Amino acid sequence: MSKRLFVKGNEAAAMGAVEAGCRYYFGYPITPQSDIPEYLSRVLPGLNGEFIQAESEIGAINMLLGASATGARAMTSSSSPGISLKQEGISYMAGAELPGVIINISRSGPGLGGIDASQSDYFQCVKGGGHGGYHIPVLAPNSVQEMYDLTMHAFDLADRYRTPVMLLGDSVIGQMKEALIPNPRPATELPAKGWEVRGKGGAEQRVVKSLFLGDGELEAHNWHLHAKYQVMKEKECISEEYETADACLIVAGFGSVSRIAHTAVTMARAEGMKVGLFRPVTLFPFPEKALAQAAGRAGKVLVVELNTGQMVEDVRLSVGAAAQVSFYGRPPGAGSLPSPEELLEVIRKNYDESAR
Amino acid sequence: MRKDVLIAGFGGQGVLLAGNLLSYAAIDEGKNVSYFPAYGVEKRGGSATCTVVIADGAVGSPVVGQPSVLVVLNQASLDRFGARVRPGGILIVNSSLVDVSALNRDDIEIVSVPMNEIATELGDPRMVNMVAVGAYVALTGAVQLPSLASALSQALPERNHRFIPANVKAIETGAQAARPKKEA
Repeated sequence: MSKRLFVKGNEAAAMGAVEAGCRYYFGYPITPQSDIPEYLSRVLPGLNGEFIQAESEIGAINMLLGASATGARAMTSSSSPGISLKQEGISYMAGAELPGVIINISRSGPGLGGIDASQSDYFQCVKGGGHGGYHIPVLAPNSVQEMYDLTMHAFDLADRYRTPVMLLGDSVIGQMKEALIPNPRPATELPAKGWEVRGKGGAEQRVVKSLFLGDGELEAHNWHLHAKYQVMKEKECISEEYETADACLIVAGFGSVSRIAHTAVTMARAEGMKVGLFRPVTLFPFPEKALAQAAGRAGKVLVVELNTGQMVEDVRLSVGAAAQVSFYGRPPGAGSLPSPEELLEVIRKNYDESAR
Repeated sequence: MRKDVLIAGFGGQGVLLAGNLLSYAAIDEGKNVSYFPAYGVEKRGGSATCTVVIADGAVGSPVVGQPSVLVVLNQASLDRFGARVRPGGILIVNSSLVDVSALNRDDIEIVSVPMNEIATELGDPRMVNMVAVGAYVALTGAVQLPSLASALSQALPERNHRFIPANVKAIETGAQAARPKKEA
């Protein structure tokens, strides 16, 4: 086992990217994710890589598109307002089937909003924030170790499915420090590329594009993308459960909230309530089947989010009539982060109701 | 074992370094730790807080609503967080700068340590955070004192390693200052 380091979540993500073989980073500073470019600006030049502080977020995402089109492992990162600016580029990458990793340490909004922990961008990230009806895999770490591990996983997913992949966190996950074991990149078989553009050199021309004007061409392309999403739904769902086996109430939450809920569930168990926690790790593809199973056993799900209700829609679609779904949300902003004690109180209310 | 502490003061008192030091020591002891700094539009002279959770098992929430231990280095922090200490918990007060007489809590243990005086006597008022960490560890046993001493080399940048012996002394003095009060 390697030595346990003590690092910030943001740094762990940057370290995971380097371990995954990412050598090109393009970004523009924004709170609360600037530790990522700061770390990579120190490390990448020494690894024969490139760190570019772009003129804007739009510049950075298009640099990522360009680097990715040459077959390189590359990354950008930003926070909510900056991610909004990147949406056009992400849509183009999804259309052109270009891999690439986008880290979003999201903050509160709308508009300039604030810098506090937020989950208000679930819809934007999970439902395809740009135009054209695409999806990208979205991973939601809830620890410093996962910031590292899931960033590596994001690069593999990106290459396996030829798609941009987003890692979605917030200031709790990005700014907190925990122990990190910097495991080596897991061995994974990835498809050969063969589509990357490498200059002329006499070989057959390769074109990377998202413009399809021929009769039936774009419809076929959209069905092709749709089919990829179905494979992802089948193969790439990740979720975590805690104390769900005998639970009468399942708390569902992702990212930072799942950590707070974990302690609230432990406190509820200490009071004799049969409560469990379900945490989607992949937000797209959403772990529908695993959630439906756990919810079906419990009969009741309480969704907790740092917004006024977004993931709760996917929870309702997943569980259907198998379970009753209730919601507790705290829209983001200074002082709005719920404590475990607050969630315990919400659990008590929902649990009493279900016991009646 | 799961121990949580909220450390609060004003920017420049070394609150974040105190939290980092505790965390490094706990990691060296093989424990799980989360260190969560208040992340706002803070600046020198403004407020600085951090929450540290040390656990043998899963840390769970890095966010703590009612800390079992609150360490306050200035008056504003006591006014802001004093009511939040979990009943049965401990409040460690820097009595050099904080007046607890207005706090109406008979359900917690209040330990007053004149941290600024102690640090100044030891040669540098900036070591107030080390005195605070020593007091916290003496009262809670969250980590061992020798672990703190060896964690200093990780928590401090190399250019400041020459101050380690003085900091170790400040930690030990803080621990001694808190202990007799615990026994009394």
